Amino acid sequence: MSTLLKIRAKIDDVKEEYFHRNRLAEESRQRENQAATLIQSWFRSCKVRAYLSHLHKKATIMQKIWRGFAARARLRQMVKAAYFIMKMNFYEEMAVRIQRRWRGFYVRKYIHSYYARKRYLEGLVKKNEQVRLELDEVEELQRRQRERLAVDRAQTAKLYQAQKLHYLLSTQQCPGVFNSPFRPAPHEMELLLRQAKPKPSIRCSPRDRTRLLGQPGAPGFFPPGTPRSPWIKSTKPCCSSRPLLPPIHSKKPQGPFKEPREVWEQRWSRPNPSLRLQNSYTDLDETQKQLRQYEATRLFIDKPFLPFAKAQQINTKYERLLHASTSFPPLAYGRKSFREEDAHQHQEEPFKTVFTTCNVFDKLGRLYSKAGNIV
Amino acid sequence: MSQRQILQVLEQYQKSRQQFANTVSELAARPQNIEILQSAGVMSLLRPLLLDVVPSIQQTAALALGRLADHSDDLAEAVVKGDILPQLVYSLASQNRFYKKAAAFVLRAVAKHSPELAQTVVDCGGVDALVLSLEEFDPGVKEAAAWGLGHIARHNAQLAQVVVDAGAVPLLVMCIQEPELALKRIAVSVLSDISKHTPELAQSVVDTGAIAHLAQMILNPDAKLKRQVFSALSQISKHSTSLAEMVFEAKIFPAALTSLRDPDEYVRKNVTTLLREVVKHTPELSQVIVNSGGLTAVVDYLGDCHGSLRLPGIMMLGYVAVHNESLAMAVIITKGLPQLAVCLSEETEDHIKSATVWAIGQIGRHTPEHAKAVATANLLPKLLELYMDAKSSEDLQAKSKKALKNILQKCTYQPGLESLLYDAPSNILKHVLCQFSKLLRHDSKARRLFVTSGGLKKVQEIEAEPGSELQEYINTINSCYPEEIVRYYSPGYSDALLERLENYQPA
Repeated sequence: MSTLLKIRAKIDDVKEEYFHRNRLAEESRQRENQAATLIQSWFRSCKVRAYLSHLHKKATIMQKIWRGFAARARLRQMVKAAYFIMKMNFYEEMAVRIQRRWRGFYVRKYIHSYYARKRYLEGLVKKNEQVRLELDEVEELQRRQRERLAVDRAQTAKLYQAQKLHYLLSTQQCPGVFNSPFRPAPHEMELLLRQAKPKPSIRCSPRDRTRLLGQPGAPGFFPPGTPRSPWIKSTKPCCSSRPLLPPIHSKKPQGPFKEPREVWEQRWSRPNPSLRLQNSYTDLDETQKQLRQYEATRLFIDKPFLPFAKAQQINTKYERLLHASTSFPPLAYGRKSFREEDAHQHQEEPFKTVFTTCNVFDKLGRLYSKAGNIV
Repeated sequence: MSQRQILQVLEQYQKSRQQFANTVSELAARPQNIEILQSAGVMSLLRPLLLDVVPSIQQTAALALGRLADHSDDLAEAVVKGDILPQLVYSLASQNRFYKKAAAFVLRAVAKHSPELAQTVVDCGGVDALVLSLEEFDPGVKEAAAWGLGHIARHNAQLAQVVVDAGAVPLLVMCIQEPELALKRIAVSVLSDISKHTPELAQSVVDTGAIAHLAQMILNPDAKLKRQVFSALSQISKHSTSLAEMVFEAKIFPAALTSLRDPDEYVRKNVTTLLREVVKHTPELSQVIVNSGGLTAVVDYLGDCHGSLRLPGIMMLGYVAVHNESLAMAVIITKGLPQLAVCLSEETEDHIKSATVWAIGQIGRHTPEHAKAVATANLLPKLLELYMDAKSSEDLQAKSKKALKNILQKCTYQPGLESLLYDAPSNILKHVLCQFSKLLRHDSKARRLFVTSGGLKKVQEIEAEPGSELQEYINTINSCYPEEIVRYYSPGYSDALLERLENYQPA
């Protein structure tokens, strides 16, 4: 109990102590609290800092490793690219070297070939010479041709002159103007005159020839202008000298020929046609036409007078009405007559659309009966 | 009065009209009579005779009118003002062939003088009537009609277009195939006149197949026909490359060259013109012609003709050389340059000279080799002379300057260049010195030669404005030599030496 008492005695003390201590505690609580906070903050900060620094260290390590890895990869790539570029440059350089050689060779050989050009120019010079020679030849040829033509023309002109001057030919009795007796040799014209035939004065025009053949006349009658045979002795001089003289053969022709006179007469004799040939085949028509024209000129009244009985013949097409106002009534076709009326004309031979297949069927009923029995 | 007497009066009247028309048409054939006839008022007398009942009087009157109109454009205008043309055109369709010929002659005589008169003929329907009479059977009528059409078509492109629109070209091509030479000639010349204006007209001529027929006639012995044929071909081919190729494809070429030796000079001229017109279009065409020996034929041709006949030949050489350097070389080795030099010295007219100068410039402008060929033919001083000559025309001066410039820019031939050093003006000298400055820097022999021939001395004497191109070139040349040599050759060097001698004090 004592203890209890002791303790009870001490209760007040304890209470006092308690209050005292509470007071003390209350007094220093804020400070302590702050200090504790300070200490805690310091500690926590230390802890966080340590953690952060730890994280940083780790991150640095990771970054270091990653960066190193990436950089190495990049470097590897770069090196590869650089190597590639270097290689390509080298190859390109080599390619250029090859191409340069090749192009130089090619161009020199085929395009701007010095030798080809030289050869071409030499060839051109040769060709030029050749062309010049050929042109000279052609010119010479043409010149000769022209000269020959001119000579020919002069010759024909001289011959023509000689023909025209043929009457100046010297005869045995009297020398001509070109054959002067005072000269040692006759003029060249004289020689030409001797060669030339005299120029015929009149030519038989083609009109004459047609007249010869186209005119009626008795056979054997020679109209003026008809050439006479040279073998026909005529008292009259021949009126025209035709250029178509028959060739005179000195030799007598061989063989059983007709007499030339006979041949000549036959040649120039008029054809002796029969009456039917003499008349034109349109003769009848022409005569009728002529007659009609002749009558027409003498016709006083254009409209022929026909007796009343034949009045129908005048206008068969349009039948005139007695009381109608118009003089041309419609045709009777469709009212009085139809084309179909005389349709039997067209149906005489009907168009066959089917061929008979066999001749045998045609003989049905004539050679054999339907039952196949021969009639 | 018996019937005979009455008829005699009429007969006499007719006879005297006939005689009058005959006499007038004979008088009108001589130019000295025409003025008197005109002042006597023959026009108004002839006009009623055109309406005469007798066809032969009509013809003779038309002939007389045609001769009058042929003589001068005043008379042609008088014919137009007299309203004679519609009547003629009307009768062209209806009358007989002699009258048609005479009427076509009048139309031709009127149309020949000026485009305006030709237009009046067109306005009164002359072209259609003439084209109709081209279908006539008689060659004389066709000839007269074609001639009339030719005189209308030759003035300008519109009139030629009118002729083409009237459908004349196919008929003209038919006329070419006729056997009559005179008709052929005229039809070909009309085709030539039509196609000379524009590419379209030439194309319309080509479309009717005229080239094949023309190409057949190039070896015809008749010179006048050949003239026209070659002229027509050249007129067709002058317009465009495709037309030139069509002409070329007619296979005329080696054959046409033989006509360059024709006795007729106009045939030769027209062949050369044809060559020129074909060659000027493409390098390929000129190459083919050069390969077939056309150049040497033209060079020979230049040797035996004079005056304006030379012009197409000269231009042909120029056109060939324009295309590329191998063609220009071909001109050089066919001895074209000496021939051009001969032309330059013989010809007196400026336009021929300027064509020659142009051709030389085209030949020499390609490579140093070409320029050397020009220089060795001694053409550079001649060009310079033409450029400096006050009498030469502006065109010639401009052309010579351009040719000189083109040649000098390629020239490395020293003697040729040095000959220009002495009397060239500064604008030419510039190019000469430019060539020297390039040449001397690399060539030691040339440097030596330049000094010994006195070129350096001449260069030192040139007074150039400081800062100009000329001065630059001079400086470049001077820098190729040691300073003492330059100083030795500079003017006033002896004075400077003497001065130094005076100032010199012996020690």
